[in-house]
Amino acid sequence: MVRFFLRRLVFALLLLVCTSSAALFLTRLAPGDVTAQLGPNASRSEIESTRARFDLDRSPLSQWILWAGRAVRLDFGDSFLYNRPVAPLVIRAAGNTAVLALAALAIATLVGISFGIVTGSRQGSHTATLVGGASLVGVSLPPLLTSLIFVFFAARTGWLPPGGMSSAGTSDVSWAAWAIDVAWHLPLPSLALAVPIAAIFERLQSQSMSDAVQQPFMVAAIARGVPRRALILRHAWPVSLRPLCAVYGLVIGALLSGSFVVEYVTSWPGVGQLMYSALRARDIYLVAACAAMGACFLAIGTLAGDLLLAAADPRVRDQHA
Amino acid sequence: MRRIGIALLALTAMSALLASWLAPNPPDRRFPDLLYAPPTPIHVFDDHGAAPHAHAWRLVSRIERRFEEDATQRGPLLVLGADAYGRDSFSRLLHGARATLALALSATLAATLFGAIIGGIAGYAGGWADAVLSRVSEFVLVLPAVYVALALRAVMPLVLPAADVFALLLAIFALLGWPIVARGVRAIVASEREREYAIAARAAGASATRVLMRHLVPAAGGYLRTQATLLLPAFILAEATLSYVGLGFPDTTPTWGTMLQEASNVALLGDAPWSLSPAAAIFLVVLGVNLVVQGTGRAPVQLEP
Repeated sequence: MVRFFLRRLVFALLLLVCTSSAALFLTRLAPGDVTAQLGPNASRSEIESTRARFDLDRSPLSQWILWAGRAVRLDFGDSFLYNRPVAPLVIRAAGNTAVLALAALAIATLVGISFGIVTGSRQGSHTATLVGGASLVGVSLPPLLTSLIFVFFAARTGWLPPGGMSSAGTSDVSWAAWAIDVAWHLPLPSLALAVPIAAIFERLQSQSMSDAVQQPFMVAAIARGVPRRALILRHAWPVSLRPLCAVYGLVIGALLSGSFVVEYVTSWPGVGQLMYSALRARDIYLVAACAAMGACFLAIGTLAGDLLLAAADPRVRDQHA
Repeated sequence: MRRIGIALLALTAMSALLASWLAPNPPDRRFPDLLYAPPTPIHVFDDHGAAPHAHAWRLVSRIERRFEEDATQRGPLLVLGADAYGRDSFSRLLHGARATLALALSATLAATLFGAIIGGIAGYAGGWADAVLSRVSEFVLVLPAVYVALALRAVMPLVLPAADVFALLLAIFALLGWPIVARGVRAIVASEREREYAIAARAAGASATRVLMRHLVPAAGGYLRTQATLLLPAFILAEATLSYVGLGFPDTTPTWGTMLQEASNVALLGDAPWSLSPAAAIFLVVLGVNLVVQGTGRAPVQLEP
């Protein structure tokens, strides 16, 4: 188990270094640099000093060496757009993204798995057909579409705020009032992100459940007179969880990709938005830090997926022991 | 179910192919008095009998975007209203299907082709070539596709002519798509190469290329078809996403993504549900693909891109 974690850790570190360095080089080699943000009337000396401040007057390689040298001491450079160190900016945005993604994951898990248990254990019933149809529609509704549709309904009905993470003028209210305000803004983007994932969970759970109820041990349990409720929940469900846990680690990628779109459409101030504005402005250290944060999310997600899989399936545990 | 899916896809393909004939107005024509005009009601009967036509919108208030029907005049038919420049949304939707679908189809072809070749080589050669190719494809697979596409597109010049954008997005999509295909092809080829027919072909003196291309890659044909059907909607969506955030086609080019930018204005969106029509078009294509794939058995679950 320890070796397994060490290998995971090495892979995560490698991913972190590779993605953030690649982001740095890509941004550096892209046409144009951050001095375009100074406007057309910037003086020559101003442009020169800005370039010097961001090491843009050095070669890409020596810039990378300087940046990497500072990064190991946890100094990730400054952002031009926000004129402050990038670390607090990215950590704050990452917190917002994590709230959004975790809320969406919780919704998708609850809805998807409970409906999947119902449809999988009652193949051919009206409920199963109906839910199956609904989740086919859900699978065909990627976050770009769901977020636009939800924003449309929010704008039309006014039941939920159509965008943002908190209302204007709530920065100086009490902590509790702020939390309630954020909770009011959360359902729309998290639902938009959750719909396709919930549909995928439902399909997977339904398939594995209908496989599980056909296993011989189920016949044995029925013969022993186990009531139907316990039959499904205590006997069939744990067995059917394996394919779902295997997908959990992959979902993190879908959540990250989806959260960029949802953040953009609903103006949720997360990593996706930050990375987008940083990329457009060629804000080089901010791009690199956002890429590093994305790699962290991926590493945490795959680790969580592996742990879940190990918890659900003893064979995986033994393999890594 | 499968038939409905095929019908949906055929309908989309036909409307893209026949866009020039089906579109009531040229996609670039601007009606200066019809900015944000709602859809025109279609009237079937006029004084002389049955002749479907639309009455002209008369602009009542430009600032409130209010229009009245002018029964005395015939006007341009706006099935889905007009956009911010007074262009006919329905005609743009039909023409937009061309760019969007052409890009998605060619990207799917390219990704499948590269994936088949690279996966085939990795599976057939084994050894260090297999190890290197597999590690590379694993690395690409683990990254969230949208971010990679975003980063690769954003570091290119932001304003490019439509043809260059097409080529650039094609390259980016193919780069992101091939590992998904290659991984499966590698596994299939690696197991098939030990089968009798492959050994027989080698014993008969067939070259490695011939064994690979004539015998082993065709064995992965079913897998390639499934993967291609799954990549297509992903690429349609990727184009829409990139164009929506302003990193895809220039907005003079009608595509489903550039048209969706209309919907990004929340204040307007509430009053103009028809600006979501490109979203509906994307939904129908994705649904069509899912119906077709599900009709062939269990739906393969694809999470990304």
